[in-house]
Amino acid sequence: MKTTFLDFETAISELEEKIDQLRFVQDDPAVDISDEIKRLEAKSQSLTKDLYAKLSPWQIAQVARHPQRPYTLDYASLMFTDFHELHGDRNYADDKAIVGGLARFNGQACVVIGHQKGRDTKEKIARNFGMPRPEGYRKAMRLMKLAEKFALPVFTFVDTPGAYPGIGAEERGQSEAIGHSIYLMSELKTPIISTIIGEGGSGGALAIAVADRVLMLQYSTYSVISPEGCASILWKSAEKAADAAETMGITAARLKSLELVDKVVDEPIGGAHRDHRAMAATLKRALADALRELEALSPSELVEQRYQKLMSYGRYKEKAA
Amino acid sequence: MSWFEKLIPPRIKRGDSSRSKSIPEGLWSKCEGCESVLYRSDLDSNLGVCPKCGHHHRLRARRRLDQLLDPEGRVEIGAEVTPVDALKFKDSRKYPDRLSAAAADTGEADAMVVMRGAIKTVPVVVACFEFEFLGGSMGSVVGERFVRGARAAFEERLPFICITASGGARMQEGLLSLMQMAKTTASITRLAERRLPFITLLTDPTMGGVSASFAFMGDVVVAEPNALIGFAGPRVIEQTVREKLPEGFQRAEFLLEKGAIDLIVDRRELRDRLAVLLAMLNRQPADVVVG
Repeated sequence: MKTTFLDFETAISELEEKIDQLRFVQDDPAVDISDEIKRLEAKSQSLTKDLYAKLSPWQIAQVARHPQRPYTLDYASLMFTDFHELHGDRNYADDKAIVGGLARFNGQACVVIGHQKGRDTKEKIARNFGMPRPEGYRKAMRLMKLAEKFALPVFTFVDTPGAYPGIGAEERGQSEAIGHSIYLMSELKTPIISTIIGEGGSGGALAIAVADRVLMLQYSTYSVISPEGCASILWKSAEKAADAAETMGITAARLKSLELVDKVVDEPIGGAHRDHRAMAATLKRALADALRELEALSPSELVEQRYQKLMSYGRYKEKAA
Repeated sequence: MSWFEKLIPPRIKRGDSSRSKSIPEGLWSKCEGCESVLYRSDLDSNLGVCPKCGHHHRLRARRRLDQLLDPEGRVEIGAEVTPVDALKFKDSRKYPDRLSAAAADTGEADAMVVMRGAIKTVPVVVACFEFEFLGGSMGSVVGERFVRGARAAFEERLPFICITASGGARMQEGLLSLMQMAKTTASITRLAERRLPFITLLTDPTMGGVSASFAFMGDVVVAEPNALIGFAGPRVIEQTVREKLPEGFQRAEFLLEKGAIDLIVDRRELRDRLAVLLAMLNRQPADVVVG
């Protein structure tokens, strides 16, 4: 698959094009340019590394939304075995913007839940661009209760622009569904590990991200509102999205320093979309580490620890009474 | 725009609209529902409900608590918690400047007031949003004050009530404010362990992060008439679906019809209804409600 380059990657994309042309020429046995290709490949690699070492928050937001970024179902097949997708909220519909099911993680049975975006236009529409409706959250809750009943750990993968703002979603209780899912996760008696893999868009993301451990991929974002939304409200102009991204603090590094996420998982050079397998391998190790720590705790210790963690969120000052 | 409006110089139009806004400050008040001109004192003595059309005007947090709680034995909780600018947030204005402007306008340090007291002698803890403070937005202070209220209810074995009036999460605190949704909601799980009632009263408006966290987790979810309650704002939805929203969409009556809330209560009956409901959930005899 040919890599899709972002606006700020023009230099890399031009170099890669040149490499492709040379490779084509190389098929001619009369000329040997393999050294030249190697040299350019190394240059492209170091160019990518330098560029990605100093991405702005707004550029990171573009990488987080990259059309080739691995999605939940990619991780389900790369990090888990025996994934069996389970469907529906038993009430209204099967929301394809959230997928979930039973799987094995290093041989151990578990529940996997995550937002799912589509690759092509048809799938994007079917999955509503990863924006769940209430039935998506209700399906997620059903699977979490299943996990609790059978003492299985839960892995969630967060990647959504936000919960869907539509008429039907409001009519069927979008707020209640999200609030209820947060409530359920905060007292679920089984380990929950959440990973922000792409866009962590507001309440629609948090609804499946209340966890014992919250991991964030290096170039993922997590925010209370999209940079565009924030800019259009506070600056009255969506053009100011880059400024909003900067000031809101949406990147993994910034959120780790605010102690709102537990671990930042490094991505392959040039982002997760360049190498799904390498990304999955790194993330799998991080998930295994997190699970090992949590399995040492009893269900009541687990819930108590999670509660204390949630209570610690927030920055304020306190006058002596 | 009609030909007539085009003739009016813009300055005159602007002057007009600012004058109509300033009316409520004086002796007279114009009902926002039916536009009747009312004596301010009549509106006040009717708890901010229009005596002509029943429109429920928005209330400031302290006035709301004053209306709801018995005068005796009120103690404020969490006032010691005040805001900081953790992100050094700056849009067209710096966050600390917005905070101090809001504080000067409202006399509050943040968008929530929590009080322990009683409703018709039934003891409660009540957390009330102050919509006039940055749109009642929920940041770290709102979250912490809410949790201190819930904790006081837990420790003293009292019911907890939250009165919402909020546009949602506070953007100027970034993800810290999103996390308040989890923090507040998690604190409610503790009350359930002790069978302590949690009642939410949703007032105009209750949107976004407040609506999508603990608002619908009440054992009983009450709303005021005609309150706007929803996840996404009507404008955002209209832009997304590109169609006209149905009449009364996201209003309390609409939510009742859709099965999203338990009941709509007129503000003038609120004290009576809440006291009776609390006594029943407390498994107390009817005569504990006095007054």
